[in-house]
Amino acid sequence: MDLTVTDLACARGGVTVLAGVSLAVPAGRALVLRGPNGIGKTTLLRTVAGLQPAVSGRVQADPESLTYAAHADGLKAALTARENLAFWAAVHGQGGVDAALTALNLTALQDRPAQHLSAGQKRRLGLARLLVTGRPVWLLDEPTVSLDAASVALFAEVLRGHLAKGGAALIATHVDLGLDEAAVLDLTAFRAQSRSLGGVFDEAFA
Amino acid sequence: MTALLLRDLRLATRAGGGFGLGLAFFLLVAVLVPLGVGPEPALLARIAPGILWVGALLACLLSLDRIFALDFEDGSMDLLAIAPIPLEGVVAVKALAHWLVTGLPLTLLSPVLGVLLNLPGPGYVWLVLSLGLGTPALSLIGAFGAALTVGLKRGGLLLSLLVLPLYVPTLIYGAEAVRRGVDGQGAPTALLLLAGLTAGAAALLPFAAAAAIRVNLR
Repeated sequence: MDLTVTDLACARGGVTVLAGVSLAVPAGRALVLRGPNGIGKTTLLRTVAGLQPAVSGRVQADPESLTYAAHADGLKAALTARENLAFWAAVHGQGGVDAALTALNLTALQDRPAQHLSAGQKRRLGLARLLVTGRPVWLLDEPTVSLDAASVALFAEVLRGHLAKGGAALIATHVDLGLDEAAVLDLTAFRAQSRSLGGVFDEAFA
Repeated sequence: MTALLLRDLRLATRAGGGFGLGLAFFLLVAVLVPLGVGPEPALLARIAPGILWVGALLACLLSLDRIFALDFEDGSMDLLAIAPIPLEGVVAVKALAHWLVTGLPLTLLSPVLGVLLNLPGPGYVWLVLSLGLGTPALSLIGAFGAALTVGLKRGGLLLSLLVLPLYVPTLIYGAEAVRRGVDGQGAPTALLLLAGLTAGAAALLPFAAAAAIRVNLR
């Protein structure tokens, strides 16, 4: 399942932050997005996910093939880890809750309410959700936030397995996941020119 | 969609879910009004339909801001928006879940409170029927209001201001149905209008609410 983005411009808060972005992520590959804070990595991912409209350009991908994971994990504090995951599996008409719990080393925590999980454990549960959506293209926004080194390695392993099965991933991260399958795209080159500043980068206007 | 309904019902009935809050509020209103108005059975009997309907309406309002706000804050709304369920379906299911945990219990409790307010005998059937037909509209209109205010900080207050005027037709026909039922004249007409309002809300508002959520997610 491929993801192709052609000449995309996207805006945050009505200000165009990125323009002319073209990228392609073929099946089995990952693309890591780099760039300074405020360059528009999150905005780009949300635009590709279809959560906000593009200013111009095209995103070619089946909307049913995409899934998104961001800073918020979409967990319900009152539900247990297993119930949270089972809900997302049911919404996507998939199974595999046990496999996903095992893959991110959460089996021992499955009956604990999400409110009693640590930040890193919540993150792992949020990442386990990707597995139960059954969707091939993962759009990941800083997936390793609050993960320790062992968990980052665990997640890299999960991601490698996903790519090996023909999945694809577009990842905004500053952490090196150690993926041989990943190319790197620096977004600095696609920064939309700020009229008032004549192209000088300023976070406030980015 | 069943999974979403079950999740919302489970969340509402777990600790901190707010189930029973509306019911307790409804009960308090019905207990306080006779205390304030004084022990005049004839007066109470006359105002009972109106008080019960206003009480139900305010009780519904209490939990409206939770319909989407919680999902918005924890990121579930983003994920639901790209899930295979259409967002219109998400809105309809969440409005249904809201009705099941507020409107339906209110309807079932209302005859008991009718006794407290000295509602005349023939009114009970119409009270339950009118609340049963009218409260789904309250949940649907409320879901629309909640969708409009979902991204706002402290949007609950604005939500009340937006939604209460929209509740007016439901209130008028609902209370009128009970009043006419008590007097024994033509309550079905008001009930039909009430059912029409609910049907119209169910047909149109999920689309409007889904559009509002899409805008608020940007």
